[in-house]
Amino acid sequence: MKRLVPFPLLALALFVMWVLLTGFSPGHILLGAVVALLVSRVMLTLKAEPPRIRFSMAIVRLAMLVLADIIRSNVAVARIVLFRPAGQRSGFIEFPTELRDPQALAALAIIITATPGTLWLQHDAQRHLVLIHVLDLVDEAEWIALIKTRYERLLMEIFV
Amino acid sequence: MIQAPDLPLWAAIAVGFLVLLGASITLIGALGLLRLRNFYERIHPPTLGSTLGTGCILIASMICFSTLHSRPMVHEVLIAIFVTLTTPITLMLLARAALYRDRSEGSAGVPQDLESVSASDIQQFAPDQP
Repeated sequence: MKRLVPFPLLALALFVMWVLLTGFSPGHILLGAVVALLVSRVMLTLKAEPPRIRFSMAIVRLAMLVLADIIRSNVAVARIVLFRPAGQRSGFIEFPTELRDPQALAALAIIITATPGTLWLQHDAQRHLVLIHVLDLVDEAEWIALIKTRYERLLMEIFV
Repeated sequence: MIQAPDLPLWAAIAVGFLVLLGASITLIGALGLLRLRNFYERIHPPTLGSTLGTGCILIASMICFSTLHSRPMVHEVLIAIFVTLTTPITLMLLARAALYRDRSEGSAGVPQDLESVSASDIQQFAPDQP
């Protein structure tokens, strides 16, 4: 089984994408399954490490948290654009990360960059520092604590 | 012009509201490009369009086509996933390019390269590197 489908999650995602794009019909479900099995094998030539994900409520909690934060930051950034509050200043922070798994780091990079107001710039793999630009920087320590408690803890639960 | 005469009133109101909301959020994001002060600040507002702006328009599209075809149409979810996964790459590329330029010009207010220490360590072991 492991040899036949080396990346089961990727194969499943490709299959779901195919069925969503083409609609439910027996022919497309069969074709989608074949495509998913063959195309997911392409990753073998990349010698990618399969992600080690622990499926738990942490994934759902992280997804809801990120969704809520994206909506909240949308409002915050819109307010800065429209009203330009006087005390607002932007700046860089250096975030010491405890994540080592490349996929967990990629997930954190997407979360931070997709949320308006924060932007992941650079990751130092040796000193485990991440350079982040924040649009509304009030207190550097507060931001670091926020990212640590909100996202990093859950990501460490998900990626084992 | 494409007409949508079969849309019931509640759906028309919901779709119209969501499309307008999404478009307004994206417009605010675009406005941010004009109003903010430097490059690193200006790179933030366009994410309004790629998150909530896109989201509102996609939900409107789901409501519109689910009502027209009287079955759930959810493949817009794919657009949301792909936009969310790909915009960070563009943003990081732009920001890293700006950071590289500012560092090589020695501009003020830009943090030093995190890897500058480790880069010199590597050069000791690989003297043929430029």
